[in-house]
Amino acid sequence: MHIVVCVKMVPDTTQVKIDPITNTLIREGVPFITNPFDGPAVEEALKIKDKYGGKVTVISMGPPMADSVIRKAIAMGADEGILLSDRVFGGADTLATSKVLAHAILEVSKKEPVDIIMCGKQTIDGDTAQVGPGIATRLGFNQATLVDKIISLDLERKKIVVRRKQDEWHEIIEVTLPILLTIERDANKPRYPSVPRRIFSEEISIPVWNNYFMKLDLNSIGLNGSATTVKRIFAPEKQQGEIYAEDENGNGVGTLVGVIIKKLEEWKIRSIQNG
Amino acid sequence: MKPIESIIFAVLVAISAYIFLRRIYTLFNFISLGKWEDRFDRLWERFKGMIYYGFLQKRVVQKTFGFNHLMLFWGFMVLLPINFEFVISGFFPKFTLAFLGDTLYTILCFLADVMSAVVFLAVIFATIRRVFFKPYFLESTKEAYIILSTVGLLMAAYFGLNVTGLGLNEKPFESVPVSAFIAKLLLSNNTSEKALYILNRVFWWAHASLFLFFLIFIPYSKHLHILASLPNCFFRNFSFPKSLPRMRFSKDISYGVSKITQFNWKDLLDLLACTECGRCLTSCPANIAGKEINPKEMIHHLKKNLMENGSHIIKSRPFDTIGRPPEDVELPVALIGNGDMSIKEEMVWDCTTCGACVENCPVFIEHFPKLLNIRRHLIMEEVKFPEELISFFENIEARSNPWGLAPSERGKWAQGLNIPTFSSNEGHEYLIYAGCMGSFDTRTKKILISLVSILNKVGISYGILGSEEMCCGDAVRRLGNEYVFDSMAIKNVNLFKKLGVKNIITICPHCYNTLKNDYKAFGADYEVFHHTEILDKLNKKYIFKPNKALKDERIVFHDSCYLARYNNIIEEPRRLIEIITGKPPIEMEKNKKDGFCCGAGGGRMWLEDDADTRINRERAKQAIKENPTIIATSCPFCITMFEDALKEQKDWENIRVMDVGEFYIEGIIDNKDSEDEKKNEEKRRVANE
Repeated sequence: MHIVVCVKMVPDTTQVKIDPITNTLIREGVPFITNPFDGPAVEEALKIKDKYGGKVTVISMGPPMADSVIRKAIAMGADEGILLSDRVFGGADTLATSKVLAHAILEVSKKEPVDIIMCGKQTIDGDTAQVGPGIATRLGFNQATLVDKIISLDLERKKIVVRRKQDEWHEIIEVTLPILLTIERDANKPRYPSVPRRIFSEEISIPVWNNYFMKLDLNSIGLNGSATTVKRIFAPEKQQGEIYAEDENGNGVGTLVGVIIKKLEEWKIRSIQNG
Repeated sequence: MKPIESIIFAVLVAISAYIFLRRIYTLFNFISLGKWEDRFDRLWERFKGMIYYGFLQKRVVQKTFGFNHLMLFWGFMVLLPINFEFVISGFFPKFTLAFLGDTLYTILCFLADVMSAVVFLAVIFATIRRVFFKPYFLESTKEAYIILSTVGLLMAAYFGLNVTGLGLNEKPFESVPVSAFIAKLLLSNNTSEKALYILNRVFWWAHASLFLFFLIFIPYSKHLHILASLPNCFFRNFSFPKSLPRMRFSKDISYGVSKITQFNWKDLLDLLACTECGRCLTSCPANIAGKEINPKEMIHHLKKNLMENGSHIIKSRPFDTIGRPPEDVELPVALIGNGDMSIKEEMVWDCTTCGACVENCPVFIEHFPKLLNIRRHLIMEEVKFPEELISFFENIEARSNPWGLAPSERGKWAQGLNIPTFSSNEGHEYLIYAGCMGSFDTRTKKILISLVSILNKVGISYGILGSEEMCCGDAVRRLGNEYVFDSMAIKNVNLFKKLGVKNIITICPHCYNTLKNDYKAFGADYEVFHHTEILDKLNKKYIFKPNKALKDERIVFHDSCYLARYNNIIEEPRRLIEIITGKPPIEMEKNKKDGFCCGAGGGRMWLEDDADTRINRERAKQAIKENPTIIATSCPFCITMFEDALKEQKDWENIRVMDVGEFYIEGIIDNKDSEDEKKNEEKRRVANE
């Protein structure tokens, strides 16, 4: 069993501010973290490894410092990692990104065939949820997106049963391997790394693959290979301000709930869906 | 005494001595299984401490019944030379200590006689207490009764021997008043000499065999403390264990403690020194609140674990080998697990590190640091800990606060207050370290805001770190996540160094202890003050007139463990209260160094608390007993815990919980000021919106 997990280093979006004048992201001083959807993807892969044995390889495309997210996955228990890093990969949209990742996974599978690819459902910076399906399409893998539970895995028949999370229902499907799964954030709680694993992950060397090695057509990758370009980033205008309420006895919450309900009625919002 | 008796006696002594010494060697070997730790510094001070705490039993007599123990102990001390004489005279019947001189010898005999009576009474008191008034913290073990009856019988035999000796004119009456008194009661002139002689020999042999039995029994029973507690006082930690040793991290070493041989040798000596007196148990807030943790039982289980595993190791190697076994030695009994030789895993997380157990132990056993070492193992090696801690650790690592709030929001509490960012170039004297609670907790922010209002008033220059501030890592360390704490400490100390920080004020006792004591090993070079210390100083320098608004409040003061027990800040907050109310605060039964934890220390602030065993409820009840209008304390955690507990009962709702600094400042600010303050607050609120 060989599982590849794709992970991404993203800016901690809770800490991203928008410059009010230029309307662009202020990226300075914003720490980078592992995309929060990717931890659960790594965890699902490790759970399969714990049960059935095998190997977990982590792949990430990004700047040289993105090896930190690979190391984090190795600290959790992944066996090895590969960083795809080259200036010519930069500025890629989901199309160009999925091409590079798919090519890398193809390289990896030459040594050891890949049975399952896992991706986080989406990233918190782009929020498109397209890269996973893009990789599957390019590799000709089956795919199951929005997976929040892996129910069973039959290695002999090469079948996997997963549960897909929909808006108001779940879907349980059986699919044939090899397959790409995109994992929901609430699929699990990613394991916390032990210190020996952390030290191991800090000392292991992570191979960096650039385009000299990958030899991809420059017109299909990076900015040139992107089908979309970002025209402008801006913060949406705030429609309503903050609400502050307190009655004469200093009772905040009770009063506030009343005010909010009144407002919602004013705005003709009649029901709020669960969840 | 017939020569044959001497020969039999000599043989018995030789056998007993052999068993005794062999056991002592084994016990020494047990201790040698631990890791090396240097406790051989400041020897003179150590010696003095041993006299003070060991011989004078300073901590034993802090509890009333401890006096009984003091009597037993000194009885034994006085009887030592007399028993020496007894043993030698068993070989050489003519031998006495009379060569010490008449006066000294008479005094010795006199004291031994009186103290024997005292010991006899003490044994009776102890037995009555155990049988009829058994405190819950003592267990009725067979061992205890064997020891009590042995000591009692030993004294009886002593008197029997003396009384018959008097009858045979072997001893002068005036040197042994108690024996003489008994002799007068029991002996008459027509008691036959032969009967007296036979009785004398019977008592002599009774005394001899009890004495030798006692000698062998001591090192095999919990009365081992007779031998181990004096050295334990000698090798004690000079101060309360307010910090933990820094760790090394590298490949192929293990972290924390998962087997008995990973403790330090002094930790193992601790186990032998325990008499199971139960004082740690009666002072443990978690146990009193109904949690599973039991410091006495913990030490007892560890001791059994040491004995069992230690015997296993010793048996498997040559008799003359001492010292640590290989790191990967396999031991038959697990340290963490169920059973009476192991520590239950759940129990490890119950401890609040309040330190009441350590503070109350008469022989300086350090209970909770052992638990913290087990936590270190569970977290760093096994990654086994209560589930809710995962997000706590992740939040701390990613965003340096327990809630995972954006670090950029850290300085937000100071918005609109004109508080500068710390810069030594601009001559800021103090750094106000807000801490996570001060930065993000709405209730705690108020304490900071009131503190800066007074600092502004007296013109003290200070700055804050704002969004650059990071969590100090107290809870991370106390929960056992030393690897993460290590990097936090390095970052913080470097930041303070870079900024040239010389003085830090904090409102949180946990930040205080970490910045001051934990960071020492990381190169900290600055002074740390709790805000009550600063206010106490200001109070001496400036005379503020109390505004009388709080004059008639009934204030109960609750000590923060990390201030009082850990850092000896006891009188400062009390003085501040007294300034405002004109009288000292009302004390709860457990106060100052014997205070009772609120339940939030040791990382328990961030753990789920079982609804039936809440420590804060227990402490709130103790406070309510004093009928207060305000409960004052000096720690944001304590405030949170009290406020939560008071919400549980309707009639407790009117009691205010206040920080001492906040109380003091409210008590001296005049009404005009507070009007201004209200307006300012309104402005801030508008600005924030």
